Amino acid sequence: MATNANHKVGAGSAASNGQPFLRIQQVVKQFGDATAVDGVSLDIAKGEIFALLGSSGCGKSTLLRMLAGFETPTSGQILLQGQDLVRLPPNERPVNMMFQSYALFPHMTVWDNVAFGLRRDGLPKDEIAAQVEKMLALVQLSQYAKRKPHQLSGGQQQRVALARSLAKKPQLLLLDEPLGALDKKLRERTQLELVDIIHQVGVTCVMVTHDQEEAMTMASRIGVMSQGQILQVGRPGDIYETPNCKFVADFIGSVNLFKGKLTVDEPDHVIIDSPECRHYVSHGITGTLGMDAHVAVRPEKIGIQVEAPTAADYDNAAEVGFNCARGTIRGLAYLGSSTTYHVALESGMVVKITKANDARHDEVRLAQGDAVHVWWWGSDVVVLTQ
Amino acid sequence: MSAHSNVQWLDAFVARLGRKFVIGVPMLFLLAVFALPFLVVFKISVSESDGVRFVDLLTWSEGVLQLKVRFSNYLYILFEDSLYIEAYLSSIKYAALTTAICLLIGYPFAYFLARSPAEVRPGLLMLVMLPFWTSFLLRVYAWKMLLADNGVFNNIALALGLIDAPIKMMHTPFSLTLGMVYTYLPFMVLPLYANLVKMDLRLLEAARDLGATPWQAFWRITVPLSKGGIVAGALLVFIPCVGEFVIPELLGGPQTLMIGRVLWDEFFANNDWPMAASVAVVMVLLIIVPLALFNKYQAEQSAGGRA
Repeated sequence: MATNANHKVGAGSAASNGQPFLRIQQVVKQFGDATAVDGVSLDIAKGEIFALLGSSGCGKSTLLRMLAGFETPTSGQILLQGQDLVRLPPNERPVNMMFQSYALFPHMTVWDNVAFGLRRDGLPKDEIAAQVEKMLALVQLSQYAKRKPHQLSGGQQQRVALARSLAKKPQLLLLDEPLGALDKKLRERTQLELVDIIHQVGVTCVMVTHDQEEAMTMASRIGVMSQGQILQVGRPGDIYETPNCKFVADFIGSVNLFKGKLTVDEPDHVIIDSPECRHYVSHGITGTLGMDAHVAVRPEKIGIQVEAPTAADYDNAAEVGFNCARGTIRGLAYLGSSTTYHVALESGMVVKITKANDARHDEVRLAQGDAVHVWWWGSDVVVLTQ
Repeated sequence: MSAHSNVQWLDAFVARLGRKFVIGVPMLFLLAVFALPFLVVFKISVSESDGVRFVDLLTWSEGVLQLKVRFSNYLYILFEDSLYIEAYLSSIKYAALTTAICLLIGYPFAYFLARSPAEVRPGLLMLVMLPFWTSFLLRVYAWKMLLADNGVFNNIALALGLIDAPIKMMHTPFSLTLGMVYTYLPFMVLPLYANLVKMDLRLLEAARDLGATPWQAFWRITVPLSKGGIVAGALLVFIPCVGEFVIPELLGGPQTLMIGRVLWDEFFANNDWPMAASVAVVMVLLIIVPLALFNKYQAEQSAGGRA
């Protein structure tokens, strides 16, 4: 998926003379004294599915509404293929939106809902009919054309909303919490279905979600937002493995953060001392000796066992004596595919560890109250300085 | 378990009884104050009057039970004197005109109310209801002062030199319609407001997003979705207007024949109660039959459409 998106980046920029497909430039939106969107700049390539991810109130929905035309930026530019969108009213933008909880017209049939946008364009009747049929077939709802929205299940309503927003062949599709109204099981299935349809149609898509799983499943790139600003943009894997700040590390998945000071700064490795342990980080960082730094370690990258780890347990023998702490299992949760341990270290910090249950029975069963060693590789951690 | 189901059974019984009670009380009330009096009126309409009292419908003489039902009043109303039919038609005409004008003025009014900031809405709503705080009669009388030949409007227009002679406004279809619109406008505004204020505004955004101009979004989304409010408001205005007596009496004139006044004349001028009762029964049927048909249509619509 990633290579596919990258390929399209090249194609898109070549066609429009180096212009990105959608360019959001220094966009600010203020409501009275409150700044909802605070200087956001983003370039989105043709054919991409871009997710704006953040908790409620972070400004992601306001940004989406500015793309749709329901809000006007206080300052900044929004360019779609070089054309300024800001001054266009929503009905004149080549942009369609799938609304949160769908906003289907309750007094119209499924067919009329999908045809609504086409009728506004004054297309001939048979052309409208053909396009509506095509859209309903795309979302597999042809046999429900005569139903009213309230006679459909949540998943079917979602598909009507998708068909309606795709019917006019928009250049840009906006999805506002596309699957938020569905229950968990259905959501997982629908995520892939939705991506499939979007790729079939080949439309560029900006979605807004607070659900990191949804963002990671569907999007080719993610922008993490907080307090009106975009903190990090990247592919799902990049954002998870190399978060650029504590907020992103903590927001995407869970993370153990060790607060320490930089004590050794070599080009190929650094050492950070925290009350829990000495961290050997096997890559250089930009920083000065003595500065505060956080070492972020994901729960699944930590090993847990009774004996102390030896050189064989590390990928680099130099790490022996580092990246390891002793503690007591405070609690554990068996989740089927994995087990989560909460280990209280000697410093008092509680570390979260996830182990995949990839064998039927672990050779050693750990129980609450056991004294254990926890350790990790220096190449698996990220040092965060902000 | 069985003790439990016992309690559940009792709960279900109470719930069912409770439901019946809740529905039953208003039903009984309607039976007592509408259905029974209507039957009494119907009985009078088919009775014979000897001027002072009514002859019993059922008589018992020489072992024969006789039921005498006199339909001559109805035949008279329908086929002999065109006055009644004309009065009915004229009433319906003025009621329809009033309803249409109320809708025309009331819809933008209710729309504005419903879209105004939430904190000013209660104040604006109170302004709509404020006229109810003074006597209805007083307010209709006030229009007399305003509209008379030497009334406020004519005097101002004369003083400003806009007109040379007073315009006759009182006792015309104009004054009648004005009075009825003025009186019944709140009955149009309130149900429309109640409907419009609940509307999901995202539907309008969705319509705009799909290419509708604000005007198209209004006609395609807002108006159809407020149909319930329009129907409720129209019925609340139309039905009392058909039978309105006070406003035609005070503001109407010789050209504005209305059935309420005919009814009054039959009762109190001609003292012909059976005839008056017949006029009343026809009026009720005239309103109820279309209403029942409309309700049936609505029910069928909702059975096939919305929940």
